[in-house]
Order: sequence, then structure tokens, then C-alpha cells
Amino acid sequence: MRQPDQPRGRAPGFNRREFLKGSGAAVAATALAVSDREGFAQENAQPGVASAAPQSVTLNINGKDHTVKVEPRVTLLDVLRDDLNLTGAKDTDDRDATGCDTVLIDGKAVLAGSRLAIQCQGQKIRTVESLRNGDQVDPVVAGFVKHDGMQCGFCTPGFVMATRAFLDKKPNATLEEVRNGLGGNICRCGTYHGITACALELAQKGGV
Amino acid sequence: MAERTIAWKPRNENVLIGKEVDRLDGVEKASGSAKYTADVNPQGTLYCRLLTCKHGHARIKKLDVEPAKNVKGVAAVHVFKETGSELRWDGELIAAVAAERAEYAEDGVRAIVVEYEVLPHFVNEADREAAEALELTKAAGDNNKGDVAAAKQNAKVTHIGRYGIHTITHMCMEPHGSHCRWDGDKLDVHLSTQNVSGTGGQFANALQIDAANVELTCEYIGGGFGSKFAADEWGIACAKIAKETGRPVRLMLDRATELKIAGTRPSAFADVTISADENGKIVAWESHHWGTNGMAGGTVSIGTVPYVFDFANRSGKATGLITNTGPVRAWRAPNHPQACALTDTAIDDIARKLGKDSYDVFLANLDATPRAATYKAEMEVGARLIGWKEKWHAHGKGQGEGPGGAVKRGLGMALHTWGGRAHAGLCTLKVHPDGTVESFSGSQDIGTGTKTVIAVVLAETFGIPVASVKVHLGSNKYPRSGPSGGSTTVGGVSGPNRRAGLDALWKIFDLVAKKYEVDAASLSAKDGQIRAGDRVVCTWKQACGLIGPMPLEVQGEGPKDDGLTSDGVGGVQMVEVSVDTKTGKVKVEKYVAVQDTGLVIDEKTAKSQVYGAMIMTIAYALTEERIMDDATGRFINADLENYKLPRIGDIGELVVEMYQPDSEYARGVIGLGEPPVISGGAAISNAVCNALGVRVPVLPLTPKRVLDALEGAAT
Repeated sequence: MRQPDQPRGRAPGFNRREFLKGSGAAVAATALAVSDREGFAQENAQPGVASAAPQSVTLNINGKDHTVKVEPRVTLLDVLRDDLNLTGAKDTDDRDATGCDTVLIDGKAVLAGSRLAIQCQGQKIRTVESLRNGDQVDPVVAGFVKHDGMQCGFCTPGFVMATRAFLDKKPNATLEEVRNGLGGNICRCGTYHGITACALELAQKGGV
Repeated sequence: MAERTIAWKPRNENVLIGKEVDRLDGVEKASGSAKYTADVNPQGTLYCRLLTCKHGHARIKKLDVEPAKNVKGVAAVHVFKETGSELRWDGELIAAVAAERAEYAEDGVRAIVVEYEVLPHFVNEADREAAEALELTKAAGDNNKGDVAAAKQNAKVTHIGRYGIHTITHMCMEPHGSHCRWDGDKLDVHLSTQNVSGTGGQFANALQIDAANVELTCEYIGGGFGSKFAADEWGIACAKIAKETGRPVRLMLDRATELKIAGTRPSAFADVTISADENGKIVAWESHHWGTNGMAGGTVSIGTVPYVFDFANRSGKATGLITNTGPVRAWRAPNHPQACALTDTAIDDIARKLGKDSYDVFLANLDATPRAATYKAEMEVGARLIGWKEKWHAHGKGQGEGPGGAVKRGLGMALHTWGGRAHAGLCTLKVHPDGTVESFSGSQDIGTGTKTVIAVVLAETFGIPVASVKVHLGSNKYPRSGPSGGSTTVGGVSGPNRRAGLDALWKIFDLVAKKYEVDAASLSAKDGQIRAGDRVVCTWKQACGLIGPMPLEVQGEGPKDDGLTSDGVGGVQMVEVSVDTKTGKVKVEKYVAVQDTGLVIDEKTAKSQVYGAMIMTIAYALTEERIMDDATGRFINADLENYKLPRIGDIGELVVEMYQPDSEYARGVIGLGEPPVISGGAAISNAVCNALGVRVPVLPLTPKRVLDALEGAAT
């Protein structure tokens, strides 16, 4: 599924979203996430990573460095949730089909459950927690509230992050682009109507 | 102002009720700070992974969990089933491993040695004949009235059809699970539950401890849809592991296990013979329906078929199939979506057979429903919103679009009913001397906007901003509230809070009357002020200052016969689809829901319920189903890639119309969660039938089923 000659600089997270359309996205998302990971490993082989034993991993999250000691097999999602208590990204399944674990890595939407924590060293990770500072919230958060793009709220943080990344890339998106661009996430309560209205309104204001 | 009567305000005096109010906890949810059970993560928590049955039916020949105990990081192994135990379905729990980290727990599960003796299974829930041959059926009742044979003889037209709707799961985004921690003999449970007040006792019973020693919390829940009312064996296991290890333990089901054992909506299939006169008025109904609810061998309630329409002459029979599949749980509007999918499709087939407009045929039969006037009014609204008259064509007679005219459009409708009576519940209200208000109840917000509804009710009652009201839910230490099932919650919390609110308000009015020497009966509360007629007497805050140093505390109870809540709604849904006859792909182009629900508290969250129900309907109508593999007896799409749910681009244009003339407002609050998820399946099926001129008999209407129907492969 990966397009081999796609340059890495073109934002794998975002291009993946744009590339995926409709309900076939889940399988493709997983496959691409793995491809991205392989590409990353080749290009950024780290000499220190040979052992399966727990090792120090330093992650820059929301502008702050955190060091944890985990095995290389541990995902970014598990480190965020279980080690750092950043539980905004949710763990809904084993294969990242829902997008509930969407975070931004170097500005691109990435499924935290599809990345090993150790791979994410040296990158800038942003979680949904970064979109709120006391009473101040990102316009995407405010838009989700205004348009009631949530019910139980469990998928909402992932959708918010996917929307943030999407609007960063496509600040003037059309309805059709919204429908395709946010196709990587699933909501069971059925909040797509409000989410679409939120994304579209923000796109009409230039994404902010 | 009048005498002190418990009632809602006159509709035109409302500032907040019936308006669109933002969800109170919206920012918490959208920014990830809302803590769900799956997020409870105190220092020292052990994480669990599960070993489950990998066959449709088996016996455990050998089970050795000792190797798991020696795996690095593993703290405990809990055994659900011993050697020799029978495992009745794919996914049945065998053991749980608790470890310092999730990955160590996974290692532990892999180290368990288990050997199975594979036993015969039966999972083909659509095949009643096969089940009968294997003696795996149970009679599930009959339902007869009038003289079917005579009515049939005089009928203008008779249609014989087979209809069906497959099993689906709840697919809560947050799986079932809990976090348990002991402090001496006290158990602190976080449980993902729709039943905060009721589940603490279930833990106490199972663990043989005092119910008073269980503190149960669920501040946020990631979906329930009827599947989360119990402590469940895995919840009890979590508490036991926590006790054994002296550590906090989190046990959430993995996705596959969640789908296999934590609840399904049962399938239903039916052979129907339906007869009508020349106007499409149904004169006779005969049906035999079946399906499975797992090993119990039940099916959709005989009392719901035929659905809504009480035809003068009818005979019905139901058969339950016993299958090696996980148990059912209440799924949003239990029985109704299936019953509607078996009934309103057959009615539409009468329209098709007579060459009549489906709208006219439904209209001709409304006198067989309990609320003909409401349905008629809602049909008129729906028809206007979707453009029924302009778009209608006889079944299969529409002009094709696209290359070769391969894409056909069609219209369909169906209608539904639900009770929605408020559940029993209490609340405690505190009005503080500084004018802020707190409400406490053991309810839960499963997405309905329960917190917001309570805040709106109290803010409206006291004439203060929503932000001045703090709502506390989600603890079994708060006043008892009913479980959130069956569309009972909004009525269940709004009644007690309104009653308590008025009680407190009248006490405050008495204080104001005394202090300012005004007639208490003349007082009203609005815009943060207490007024006597049009004259401002004091501010709300000044009034609350008269309470004294301690907060004013009152209790509210419900439901009562004072008109704040009632029950019984209708609802009509209409759908326009396009169907690609080359690929079999169905697309919902426009979908209109017209829904009565009595008095609407918060129109924003109410509409969200309807939008959400419509999207869930599109899911079960077009894509989602549990697929059981006949050869292995296993649930082969128990994951989120192959269990297909619609995504944001798959839903078409949705139109929600809350039907609320003054007569509806006067009925008081009625629950809304279930009704809008009922009739859309039949409406979509009817729209596809209208497009194609052929019935695709079984939901979901996957491309394969559409193509099969077009090729005459199915009835």
C-alpha cells in the first residue's frame, strides 16, 4: 500500500489520511503505519538499540522531555497512558482501526498505538492535553463543544487531534475534503454530524 | 405567581429549557481531561490480559497456568475455568493474567498451557430448519387475533416474504472493565457502567463483603448502549486479583473479547404472509420469526411482531435457536429495531405489489396504531423535508443515473414507538449561601448529556446561569438513581431535580418575603434576580445569603404523577438512497428523522441523540454484522477492521426535526435515546427496494446481498 517513491518529508501521517478514503481506511491505515515504521527504522537506525531489555527512552511531549525505562516493544500509546498518565489518547483496540489514539508527531497525525515509543525519540509529540490550558482551549476543542461533536466522549480526543492535524494541513478544506480527511477515525455514538459541522466552520475561518 | 404547584414553567417563559445549551463537560471530553475507567491509573496498578476459548464449543482437556506465574513481571493468574470445564462459545473466559506491565501480562497469557477437546457446535442462526433437525430450538410463544384465513380469502393482494436482520454487537469504544483497589476490607471500584447505583451491591454479593464497603465510581463511560449494567465475572475477577496481590488492578476486555462476550443484539428472521385490500390496508398478517440470543435459545419478543400495527387478523409464532454464541444484552431499544425490520418491510412490499405509493399504504394503516394523529403529522413533516411527493416513483420504476443508468434512487419510510418513562431516582440539592448550586445523584452520563440536563433544569428553576450549577454524578455514595437504560435517564434526573429545585426556591422565597416584606406568592426568579411581579426585590445571591451559614439542602424524588414526566412516543423516519446496481453499493443520500419526545430540555444534546441513532442505524442497515464461521464456530470479524462501521464520509445528509407542538411540551419529559434508532433499518431497506424493485431481504444490505437479490439469488 505504501507508495515507495513518496518522499518522507511529505508528512506520512497527513498524507495517509488524505490518501485513505471511506470505510476501507482501517486496514490500509494499519498497513501504512507499519510501512512508515520500517522506513523510519532504515533511515534512523540507532546504534544503541539492540537489546530487548528495558532501556531509557526520552520523549519530548507537549514541549517537555520525559524519560521512561521500557522495552523496545512498548508502544508510544502505552507509555503515554500507563507510564505518563497522559490518558487523552485512548486504547480502543489492538490494531489502531479507530484513531482514538491519534497524536501529532512533528505536526502530523499519527496513531500512538502503531508507533513504538523508542522510535519517537527526538521527535516532537503533541497529545490532546496540549490543546487546553486552564480555561484556554484550542479552537478545535471549542468547536467540538459548540457543535456537540461528542456524546460519550471516548473517541473525541482522537477525533480532535485528527481534526487539528487536518486543518493545519488544509485550513480552507471543503466539505468533501473534510469527509475524506477525517475518515481515519471511528465514533460509535454517531457524532459525525457535529464533527463535520465543526471542521467545516473552522475551515471557513481558515482553520483556526 | 401563583400557588405552589409542581410543574414546568409555561413554555414561553423558559430561558434555557428547550434551547440549545452546550454540553457542560464538553471541554473535559474534547481535551482528554475526562477520566474514564480505562484511564484510572494510580501508581502500582497491575494490568491484565485474558486467555479465552478459541473454539465454538470445547472442553478443557488440560489447563496449566503455572508457567505463566513464572513469567517476568507476572503478579497473579486468575482462573475462570478449570480442567474439564465446558466452553460454550468462542471467547469464553479461561484465565486472566495480571502483571506489572501490559506486555508482561501478554507474555503470561502466552505461557499458559491449554488443550481443548473440540465439541460439536451450531452457530448458523439464520437456518431454523437446521436447528430444528439438531433439536436446538425452543418455542418462544405465539400471538393470535381475529380470523386470518377468512381475511386472507377476501384480500385483494397477498405477499409472502422472508425478512431478516443479523446479530450485531454493542461495540462500545471503551470496552467493559474495571479498576479495583482494596483498602483493608473496603473496595474501591471504578467500573465502566450504566448502572452506578446498582453495581456496587453486585460486587459485594459476589465477594461476600458488606455492600457498605464498596465505593463504586463511574464519572465518564465510553459507550454502553445497554451492555453495561453488571459487575460481570471479569469485574469480580479484577477485585479478586486486587485482593490477592494487595495491588490496584485494571482489567479491561480486549477488543475481540469485548465483541464476543460482552453483549450482542440478537438476530431475527421471519417468514411473513401479509394480505391487504385494494387500498393497501392490511387485513391479515401471519408470521413465524426466529433468531438467537445465544445458549438461552430465545428470540425477539413475540409481543413486538407485528410491530406498532395491531392488525385485526393476525397469527404469529416465534422460535428461539440455541447457538454457541456469546449472550445477548439489551441493545438500544431491545426488540424494536428487529421487529420493525420484519414488519415495515412487509408493509412496503404490499405497496410494491399494489403499485402504490408506500406513503399512502402506511397512511392507510395508521388506524391500527396507538397514535395515528401523531404519526400522520410526523409523516407530513418528514415528507416535506425529504421531498417525498416530488421524488416518489413506483418501486423499480425510477430513472437510472450514471453510466448505463446503473445508479438507481429510491425512497423508503418506516415508523416506531417507545416508552421512555422516567426511572426511579433521587437527588440531593445544595443551595449555598453564595448562590451556587450543587446537585448529587448516582446517575451517569452515557452521552445523553445527563449532567447538562440537570444543570439546565436547575438554572432554569433558579434563574441563574448554567455555570453556577455544579452537577455531581457517578458515585454509588450519591442518592440512588436508576440505571441508564431504556431512555429513562433524562426523565429520571430532570423530575427529581425540578421538584427539589422548586422546594428550595420556595423556601428561599419565604426568606425573601419575610426579609423584604413582600408576598411570597408574588415572587419569581429570573436573570439572577428575585422579583415581585416586575419589581426587583433582591439579587439571587442576596436571597441565598438569607439561608444562613450552612447550605440549604433538599431532596428530590421521582417519578411522580405531577406531569413533569410521562411516556410513550412515536417517530417517523424517511430515507433516500442511491444504489449502484453494478457494484451493489448502497448510499444514504438523505435521511430525515421526525421525533416527538414530549418536553425537550436541551435541544442540542437531544438532537445529538437523534443524529447518533441515525448513524448507528446506517451502520446496522448497511455494514455491521457479527459473522459466525460455520466451520469453526468462531466469530471471525471480532475486530474493528472487519466489523464494519460507517466513517464520517459514509453518512449522507441527515435532517433531524424534533416534533414539538405545545401539546408535546405539555406531556413533560420523555426519554429519547432509543426511539430514533428503531425504524431507520426498515426505512433504508424500503428505500433500496423502491430503487431496485426487488427486496434485499436481510440487513445489513451489503453489496453482496444487493447483487444477490438483483440476480434472484435470494427471495
